[in-house]
Amino acid sequence: MNAPTMRSTSALLYLSGVTVSFDGFKALNNLSLLIEPGEMRAIIGPNGAGKTTMMDVITGKTRPDTGEVVFDGQADLTKLDEASIATLGIGRKFQKPTVFENHTVRDNLLLALAGMRSWYRLLTAAPTKAENERLEEILSIIRMGPQQHMLGARLSHGQKQWLEIGMLLAQNPKLMLVDEPVAGMTDVETETTAQVLREVNKSHSVVVVEHDMSFVRALGVKVTVLHEGSTLAEGSLDQVSADPRVVEVYLGR
Amino acid sequence: MQSLRPFSVLLSVVASLALAGAALAADLATLVGNLTSGGLSEREAAITALAASGEERAAPILEALAAGQLYVRTSDKVAVIGKADGNRLALVDAISGSPAGNAVEADLERVRVNNRLRGTIEAAVGSLTLMSPNAKVRLSAAESLFKRRDPAALPALDQALAAEKDPRIKRAMTEARAAVVLATADAPAAQKLAAIGVLRDRADRDSLGVLNAAASAASDAEVKAAALAAAGSIEQTLAAWQMAQNVWYGISLGSVLLLAAIGLAITFGTMGVINMAHGEMVMLGAYTTFVVQEVIRTSAPHLFDVSLAIALPLAFVVSGAIGILIERTIIRFLYGRPLDTLLATWGLSLVLQQAVRSIFGSSNREVGAPSWMSGAFQLGQLNITYGRLWIVVFSLVVFAALILILRKTPLGLYMRAVTQNRPMASAVGIRTPRVDALTFGLGSGIAGLAGVALSQIDNVSPNLGQGYIIDSFMVVVFGGVGNLFGTLIGALTLGVVNKFLEPYAGAVLGKILVLVFIIMFIQRRPRGLFALKGRSVE
Amino acid sequence: MITRFLWQGMDRNLRLFVLLILAVGISLPLANLILAATNPAHVPSWVLQLVGKYLCYALLALAVDLVWGFCGILSLGHGAFFALGGYCMGMYLMRQIGSRGVYGNPILPDFMVFLNYKELPWFWHGFNHFWFAAIMVVLVPSVLAFALGWFAFRSRVTGVYLSIITQAMTFALMLAFFRNDMGLGGNNGLTDFKDILGYSVQADGTRAALFFASSVALALGLIISAAVVGSRFGKALTAVRDAESRMRFLGYRVEGFKLFVFVLSAAMAGVAGALYVPQIGIINPGEFAPGNSIEAVLWVAVGGRGTLIGPIIGAVLVNFGKTWLTGALPEVWLFALGALFIVVTLLLPKGIVGLWGQMKSRSQSRKARAPA
Repeated sequence: MNAPTMRSTSALLYLSGVTVSFDGFKALNNLSLLIEPGEMRAIIGPNGAGKTTMMDVITGKTRPDTGEVVFDGQADLTKLDEASIATLGIGRKFQKPTVFENHTVRDNLLLALAGMRSWYRLLTAAPTKAENERLEEILSIIRMGPQQHMLGARLSHGQKQWLEIGMLLAQNPKLMLVDEPVAGMTDVETETTAQVLREVNKSHSVVVVEHDMSFVRALGVKVTVLHEGSTLAEGSLDQVSADPRVVEVYLGR
Repeated sequence: MQSLRPFSVLLSVVASLALAGAALAADLATLVGNLTSGGLSEREAAITALAASGEERAAPILEALAAGQLYVRTSDKVAVIGKADGNRLALVDAISGSPAGNAVEADLERVRVNNRLRGTIEAAVGSLTLMSPNAKVRLSAAESLFKRRDPAALPALDQALAAEKDPRIKRAMTEARAAVVLATADAPAAQKLAAIGVLRDRADRDSLGVLNAAASAASDAEVKAAALAAAGSIEQTLAAWQMAQNVWYGISLGSVLLLAAIGLAITFGTMGVINMAHGEMVMLGAYTTFVVQEVIRTSAPHLFDVSLAIALPLAFVVSGAIGILIERTIIRFLYGRPLDTLLATWGLSLVLQQAVRSIFGSSNREVGAPSWMSGAFQLGQLNITYGRLWIVVFSLVVFAALILILRKTPLGLYMRAVTQNRPMASAVGIRTPRVDALTFGLGSGIAGLAGVALSQIDNVSPNLGQGYIIDSFMVVVFGGVGNLFGTLIGALTLGVVNKFLEPYAGAVLGKILVLVFIIMFIQRRPRGLFALKGRSVE
Repeated sequence: MITRFLWQGMDRNLRLFVLLILAVGISLPLANLILAATNPAHVPSWVLQLVGKYLCYALLALAVDLVWGFCGILSLGHGAFFALGGYCMGMYLMRQIGSRGVYGNPILPDFMVFLNYKELPWFWHGFNHFWFAAIMVVLVPSVLAFALGWFAFRSRVTGVYLSIITQAMTFALMLAFFRNDMGLGGNNGLTDFKDILGYSVQADGTRAALFFASSVALALGLIISAAVVGSRFGKALTAVRDAESRMRFLGYRVEGFKLFVFVLSAAMAGVAGALYVPQIGIINPGEFAPGNSIEAVLWVAVGGRGTLIGPIIGAVLVNFGKTWLTGALPEVWLFALGALFIVVTLLLPKGIVGLWGQMKSRSQSRKARAPA
């Protein structure tokens, strides 16, 4: 295969020939994808196109039947579990916001904060000064300082989305996978989220899966269209929108 | 000498049994008279004559004589057979065979025999029974001769063999002859080799014993080798039969597990509901059978043979209805909280057990087997009881019926729809609460059916269900949750594995090993043997 | 550092509760030993034995709660850890009988003589020393929990699957311990104890000391649990309970967290069993019965899962009810127990402590709303 040559590229994330099937149904079919360091990429596609499965493969939740997934030029993600992949520097925001409902906003961020992960050190560790400063910083970025002692369960839907983004920031990954960040948000919130993501993109690579076309347009980044588990088209939003195949399967008449 | 006489007498008996009956009875009296009077040499002649008479009573009289149980009553000189009955002897008239009171030994005079006479008697008895007009007697004589392997019986055996028409008896006699030949030290090697061939074809535990004995006793190297080879081949055959028997026991156990687990496979597998009271649904089915049989015993005894047929639908309804009640009052409030469901249904199982204990008492209840379920038959060297056979058949029928319900009926369609996508199912107009209740009712009802079957092989007590709940879960989890065929394979596999372990490890240790095996297995394949894959699993 | 670790989870309520446990642990034995039998405040020995049993059960409940309430692992096999701890202690007590047994064999316990054992099975060696038995009380349940947890958590066996596995484990152990050739007394278990550390187990003074030891063990268990739960580890633990896969995506090795509490909890259960056996005077395979383990889960549910005080309250209340009902209306007890399972899961998912907390926060929010 051409893996050795590809591995020497500077790509941050590299998927090649990835296939995943569930009971004969191919959720991903020979999918290839390349994300450069510092890039922000939008992934669109109809339901069942394999967007979430792709995220699952990258984060180690699902093992591909065949294919290569390489991160940062050396780590073979198909061999690692979720925790190792997360430690390597891949963060994920879920489609349905999942925050820790019985923890305060601050504790949610503390848990996400990069660094301390081993159970025996956590038994005796108290948050350091640097950690507390970082928490304050993130709380102000996501504008949730006043709510920091509120339980996750009491947050509104939008607040949970923000908290999740805050947790991603706290995790400080090299690559962020963001699944439908503006689902259920108002137009204003959507616009703000786009701003935040662009801000985040200055220091992190980001992959955004989204349905909302106006949001994708607002991001103004390269778009990959998935269909039936493989890449249908790639390019700017205007380019892919003009592609007749994309129009056929996704954008509609 | 007189070797042809019994044969001709036998023929005449067969030809004119009815005509000659009276004459022969008179003849018998004379012969017995000769036997009990006179000296030892006359007695020997009388024995031979009696044996030659072909008389049915001849055999018991001669056997009694050999055993020292033939007496002459001092008071009336009647020949009697006396068997010890406490301090006294219970008497049977030697000629008629009818009871003749009892007596103390002092009032009787024993007809004495010596060792030489005993030999004569034995040969005479052997030939007598071998020549009996009754096919059953001949067969059992041949079979007993096979076990006794008495060389003295060889001439009589040859004679009987020549006359025998029934192929089954003929084979039994040939085998007996082979056994006798092998036990006779000075028989020619050629005959012994032929005998070894006969026994190798018989291939059972008894012939193995004969062959082993012959091999260790043989002086001829060729005979010894042949006997050893035949014994080896029999051992293989026996091992194969033993394995088949184990497989059968395993299938039988597996079918019981299947019955107990199949309802669980529905409630746990398709609804994700952990029903710890599932065993109690089985128990209720068993008690329904008990009640049905009680009613039949008191009011319609002639219906006893169909009691299970009556109990089946009733058990289904009783357990099913209680299942629906449980679903509506408890379980539906706990959907999405499997661990709480587990605890609540455990509590429920305690309540149900105690309720049954209060009503029926805590002791075991008698549930009878209808006539068509009792007894056993022999298939090759397999011993198969009808009860177990019917349970295997029944479990497969229930399984097939369930598959049909799931695939072909609207309820099955709705059930699958609700399992796969609850919101969508309710959006297209399926009343999901009703489907839940019916599904749970179906699972519980099947447990009730299992209870009817289990009442035939297990103690019907309030604890009946408890013994099955862990096993059932193991089967469902092992087979793969949500996959009925997995449950079938899982049940049969666990049943067979269990029975194969038992001879080596004992029943309890075998069970422990199986549990440990499943614990390890679940850890390797948490989703079971036939796992559903896909995003919906999470 | 250890004191800081132990102190970090303690709030005022918890400190008071620990003091209460210790107060009971001191005052009841004293009231038994010092006060005359005619004194109305005298505590009879049977009450001491009963409450001592409750204290052991409370420690078991706390252990169950640690894994279930705080980590979401519903173990239906903690009775096995409890019983294993009990057997370790029982083996020590058997060895202390010495030649005072019916058969008078100085080495072999009676049941071994009866079963024609020629020598002590290998695993009985060392149990003549108290220190060895004390180590085993903690070690044996821990090792079993570690082995089970290691495989189960790594294979991501969770939820009801794990519950069923733990139940199968205790069931298998029960079958095994019922066998005579296990060399552990079979059906009859271990009993007829004479001495512990040289003191007669029957003596009032020994009973009082055992009672006090139980209260200390419970208090210590509570302090350790509070420390674990109150640490950052504890935050991660409850996060694992609430959203396990989310924790993985944050980079936590969830298995390690689960394994640690599971082993810690098994060790606590083992200690509870070890204190239980000399006070009750017998340990037999019936302690492995799946029903026992699941009953311990009920104590936690009644008191309030995910709280530290709840399981202790639940264990004492339910067992008090059991003692009273099985004496007064024996046939009602199982109905009551069964109904309790149903009622608590349906109506009181947070248990008594949760109910109290709810009422308190409701009255607080009413107060908070009042000025506005």
